[in-house]
Amino acid sequence: MSDTGLVNPESPWGEVWVKFKSHKGALIGGTIFISIILLVLLGPMFWDVDPQRLNIREKNQGISFAHPMGTDQLGRDTFAQVLAGGRVSLAVGFTAMLLSLVLGALIGVLAGYFKWLDGLLMRSTDLFLALPLLPLLLVITMLYRDTLRAAFGPETGIFLLIVFVIGITSWMQTARIVRGDVLAIKEREFVQAAKSVGTGSSRIITRHVLPNILSPIMVSATLGIANAIITESALSFLGLGFPSDFPTWGRLLNDATAFITLSPERVIWPGLAISLTVLSVNYLGDGLRDALDPRQRGR
Amino acid sequence: MRKQFILTAAAAALLANGAWAARGDDGHVNILYWQAASILNPYLSGGTKDIESSSLIIEPLGRYDENGNLVAWLAEEIPTVANGGVAEDLTSITWTLKQGIKWSDGTDFTADDVVFTAEYCMDPNGGCQQETKFADVDTIEALDPHTVKITFTVPKPFPYGPFTGGESPIIQKAQFLDCMGPNAPTCTEANFGPHGTGPFRVTEFRANDVISMEANPNYRDPNKPAFASLTFKGGGDAASAARAVLETGEFDYAWNLQIDPSILSSMAEAGKGTVVSAFGTGVERMMVNLTNPAADLGEARSTVEGGPHPFLTDANVRRALSLAIDRVTLSEVGYGDAGKPTCNVLPAPAIYASTANDECLVQNVDLANQLLDEAGWMPGSDGVREKDGVRLSILYQTSTNAVRQDTQALVKQWWGDIGVETELRNIDAAVFFGGDQSSPDTFQKFYADIEMYTNLFNGTDPEAYMNNWTCDEIPSPANNWLGNNMPRYCNPAYDDLSVQLSKTAAIEDRAVIAKQMNDMLMQEGAMIPLVHRGRVSAHINTLGGIKLNTWDSELWNAADWHRVK
Repeated sequence: MSDTGLVNPESPWGEVWVKFKSHKGALIGGTIFISIILLVLLGPMFWDVDPQRLNIREKNQGISFAHPMGTDQLGRDTFAQVLAGGRVSLAVGFTAMLLSLVLGALIGVLAGYFKWLDGLLMRSTDLFLALPLLPLLLVITMLYRDTLRAAFGPETGIFLLIVFVIGITSWMQTARIVRGDVLAIKEREFVQAAKSVGTGSSRIITRHVLPNILSPIMVSATLGIANAIITESALSFLGLGFPSDFPTWGRLLNDATAFITLSPERVIWPGLAISLTVLSVNYLGDGLRDALDPRQRGR
Repeated sequence: MRKQFILTAAAAALLANGAWAARGDDGHVNILYWQAASILNPYLSGGTKDIESSSLIIEPLGRYDENGNLVAWLAEEIPTVANGGVAEDLTSITWTLKQGIKWSDGTDFTADDVVFTAEYCMDPNGGCQQETKFADVDTIEALDPHTVKITFTVPKPFPYGPFTGGESPIIQKAQFLDCMGPNAPTCTEANFGPHGTGPFRVTEFRANDVISMEANPNYRDPNKPAFASLTFKGGGDAASAARAVLETGEFDYAWNLQIDPSILSSMAEAGKGTVVSAFGTGVERMMVNLTNPAADLGEARSTVEGGPHPFLTDANVRRALSLAIDRVTLSEVGYGDAGKPTCNVLPAPAIYASTANDECLVQNVDLANQLLDEAGWMPGSDGVREKDGVRLSILYQTSTNAVRQDTQALVKQWWGDIGVETELRNIDAAVFFGGDQSSPDTFQKFYADIEMYTNLFNGTDPEAYMNNWTCDEIPSPANNWLGNNMPRYCNPAYDDLSVQLSKTAAIEDRAVIAKQMNDMLMQEGAMIPLVHRGRVSAHINTLGGIKLNTWDSELWNAADWHRVK
């Protein structure tokens, strides 16, 4: 433990970092993920092609210096579109994931910890699971689209709507898993011990339960990002998402599938971006889980 | 030398055209429709696939050829006022049937069968899908075994509703006698294997899958059809159907290939088959909302009561929007050979096509900008034109379809060039065209400034189609949003022309009125036509005799199909 340099191995976060560092996959995943974020955020500063500019004379072009990833059927620059699409997709993925995570963890913990809430919360979880997703999305977008559009403009309005819709329709799995873990941990000796010395419920949850269920939450989070990106693309495909000229990875992928025989690379770029992001987030989550799990620490 | 070669080629072509061929010489032909046929009786189904598959077996008295002209089929000639077949007062039409025609079971085809067909469809308990074909029919009687007289309750300038076109073929009285009224759908044997006068007859029918047929031994031309047997396969999707003909050659003919033209042409490069297209009356057009679609109007949104549109009621704006569009590029990108730029909502048949609006064929951004400048619409700080606090900001909606979204993106860019801001919206086709009263996203409710889709009419007479834009046709909550006048266009002069059209018989006079109606709609900017769309099908190179018909069944001349050797 002498190579930790600036980090004090005695502090809990230092210990997490040491543990995380030893996980090769997590380190590589984290690096790739951070580079994707940086590329997507800073990319447009050095690649200042307008992703929505059409140039019909340069349609369906292959890879060249002018167009590093080629152009689509209307002559839009694919590289610029992938960069712009990434910002939207990642923003949607993260925000929707956070929302569903907070909802899922909250409901899961409450249901698992407080017996009197369990029945009510779990039945409402079942209710949400039983709801047919697409008709529900149709109704929600139909009811609130115009209001949000008037209040925030077409793009921000739709962004909020999509994030909200994905968030409130994908928390159920997390809630169920969290509840199960909480039920098990609640009966463990250290929680019983804390209870017996008079620790309050909120303190037990934050100090003892939450740290022990971080791993399933982390796994849910990583899967949630992927799920949100894919749900967003499905929504856009049905015409419920962003306007059709507003690039997102899911939409780019959808648009490109028709051209798979003509220019296969068009499917590869957004597909690669989605896969790399999801894979690296998964590895990152894996490493974080190992590092954060107090039972595995020091092993 | 060269001339000699051409002559030889011409002679070879003549030979190939079946001059010496006999019935059944060319073996087997495979047809692929990506929607499968479910019944072979068009009176019990409105589906195109059912009408077209049955057109191989049963035939009408007259039908439309590939140019949209009525041609006699089971009749000696098309009755007109000139040849005495249609009464001077336009209340009756008399058809004379061809002699010597036999049903596929060997019995004679007579006027009784024609009369029976009308009785079959006009039975109020029968649920006939083609009842509109028999509108205003008073009586149908057989004057002798080869003469049928139809009397109408009102004068009919266009008396060719009954028994013309693939939707209204003659069925055999002997076979369908017990299938009248409520029994119609239960007659499975007759509905799945009608006796016909056409070139083929059914050997096996598997609903929603495949139909096997063989040449009709009693067909009127002893040398036709060239094919001894035929398979009519259904199912799949447009792209796989195109692939089956153009790339793998498994099928000889595939129908309705609505896919991106560059994908279609890359398939055609395999060299196995040919893409054919022909133009009917379909026009991809933008509907301009002349009423106010603002959300805060509530129930009165997009209705005449809700008031006029804040800026689309300015004729200069509408003309500028139309001028800014490059229709040549639009049709190339979205439709390839199956589309051509048009400035008319009534582009065909040729005698109805107006040339008065051709200004829009060439994109003219400068003129568009000038029009907006002169009308007082000045660019604001963000480049979007505005006047008295009203911004030229358009919500442009259409159904979800890759070609339509490409069109939207292009139009958005061109409108951006003249300082008009555009927001795009695409709606699932099932919702957009679904007509659900509770959905705000239907094309009838039109809660947007501009909407785009294709509309067309069958046959060649535009009267019913042009009546779509009369004041009565405006959709509103009062009529449950039914009606076809999407722009909410209302002009008494237009309504007068519509009444005049219904009273005019001579086709030249009808053409003049129809053109006037078209020009009125175009020049007042109620609609912005974009692309005249064709029908697209594909056939393998060894299949000859294809004449793609957009006015009638595509398989109308299957008797002339043959193998090119």
